[in-house]
Amino acid sequence: MSPASGVKAVEVTGVTKTFPTKAGLVTALDDVALSVAPGEFVSLIGPSGCGKSTLLRLIADLDTPTAGSITVFGKSARQARLDQDYGIAFQTAGLLPWRSVTANIELPLQLHGAERAQRRDRVAELIELVGLSEFAGSYPEQLSGGMQQRVAIARALAERPELLLMDEPFGALDEMTRERMQSELVRICGETGAAVIFVTHSIPEAVFLSDRVVVMSPRPGRIREVVEVRLGDARGEALREEAAFFTSVTDVREALHGTPGAPAARGVESR
Amino acid sequence: MNSTSVARTARAIALGALGIVLLGVIWEVYKLLGPAAGFELFGVQLLPRTSDVAMPHLWDMLARALAPANTSAASQPVWLAVALACLSSLGTAAMGLLVGAVVGFGLALVMLRLRVAESAILPWLVLSQTVPLIALAPVIVSWGGRVQIGEFEWQRWMSVAVIASYLAFFPVAVGALRGLQSPLVAQQELMHSFAAGWWKTLLHLRLPASVPYLIPALRLGAASAIIGTVVAEVSTGAKGGIGRLIIEYAQSGSSDPAKAWSPIAGAVLMGLAAAGIVALVALTLGRFRRNEVTA
Repeated sequence: MSPASGVKAVEVTGVTKTFPTKAGLVTALDDVALSVAPGEFVSLIGPSGCGKSTLLRLIADLDTPTAGSITVFGKSARQARLDQDYGIAFQTAGLLPWRSVTANIELPLQLHGAERAQRRDRVAELIELVGLSEFAGSYPEQLSGGMQQRVAIARALAERPELLLMDEPFGALDEMTRERMQSELVRICGETGAAVIFVTHSIPEAVFLSDRVVVMSPRPGRIREVVEVRLGDARGEALREEAAFFTSVTDVREALHGTPGAPAARGVESR
Repeated sequence: MNSTSVARTARAIALGALGIVLLGVIWEVYKLLGPAAGFELFGVQLLPRTSDVAMPHLWDMLARALAPANTSAASQPVWLAVALACLSSLGTAAMGLLVGAVVGFGLALVMLRLRVAESAILPWLVLSQTVPLIALAPVIVSWGGRVQIGEFEWQRWMSVAVIASYLAFFPVAVGALRGLQSPLVAQQELMHSFAAGWWKTLLHLRLPASVPYLIPALRLGAASAIIGTVVAEVSTGAKGGIGRLIIEYAQSGSSDPAKAWSPIAGAVLMGLAAAGIVALVALTLGRFRRNEVTA
């Protein structure tokens, strides 16, 4: 299942996306290029309106670019979606309230016609992976926000995708749950080896999780700078207090704000 | 069921019973104390007369219900005649509701699939409900009279069922459409990201999501089907149903006033039975009703 060597997980070339609005044509993305290697964790960060979510949606083939090309494992974004090469998680968990935790995680497998026994085994694995074994039979309304988001992540991983697309999945969680979920995600990514594109508003979150942080700027949406982080594979809670972590946080903040000491860009949390 | 929900159910039943008793008490107290000639203002009767013809005693109604319907030796008691007529009407109404639900749901699916259809069909659906049933009944009876396919011959009760379905389809169509359109954009995009097509999205997302909207719609549809059946029985002259019995017994009103109230009570009980049947169906769909809306 591993892609041929040398093929990028995601290759975005010269992508422009415009939306017609009442006020005229809005350029959400302007000539954006980005490539993500297999197994690499890349965060997209920037103020509101910088097009980071739009870029993720284009890669997921939930929308089509106005110009430019996107390939996922060497195929068109559409073909990659049809082949289920990626899993996706949004800010709202989007669980189906009439399905139990098990049945929610099972949904993509069921839709793609996997056999019952196979489905059961895979779901059991995934529930174990996200640490919800005790809640297998619970319904979404009985779970906390953090637990719902774990179910959504397990669901995104159901088809063993080599690419995980995440649009502010922890955005609605409280800070403590959020940090715990980040550590969980690092562990899960280590175990699955999937590449991740992760949209976030939070600088520490991006730094903690990522190999590279892509800093974007708004109107029109562009990539301003790419900050290499790579804090190593063994990222524990202690990392959040290490000097290397703070150095990277500062790097990303300065990239966001242009020059050191400039006023903070709107919509970016520096917590 | 735990003790609090038992207590709650008991309380609901007690309050319901109290309401009925209260209605009876108001009836008898007004009959006792109200002006014998009623109350008229500028020639408009505002309060009814309290005579035994206009307002029989409750116990007279009950006694009449238990007595034979007419003087012939083989006559059924009134309550049995009413019950049989109700069963017949309930069957017709059930057929009407079934046809109405299928047609309504089908229309909702068409409107869901084609945005154009929604704007083209919906106004006509609303308009259809403004046509008076009395005007519709003879047309449907006369159309039905021309239907004869082989052994099959159109029956009068079928016209009644068609009229009932004409009333019942509307709440189902509107409720089903709202329900089918209820999934969030995020849920729809999720299905898209799973490469699920229209039918799979319908089966796994839209249909289950529509249940909380469909149950109240069916409840309304059932009530409409009952009203449609009774009115259509009256206006088409169909025999055997409760609508016919209401007219028949009302005609003996001045000589036998207590008798006319039995089929009316029967029609009320029939409506309650229909609502109960829908509630029973809803019980089996419990897990889809986690966010039921009230209509």
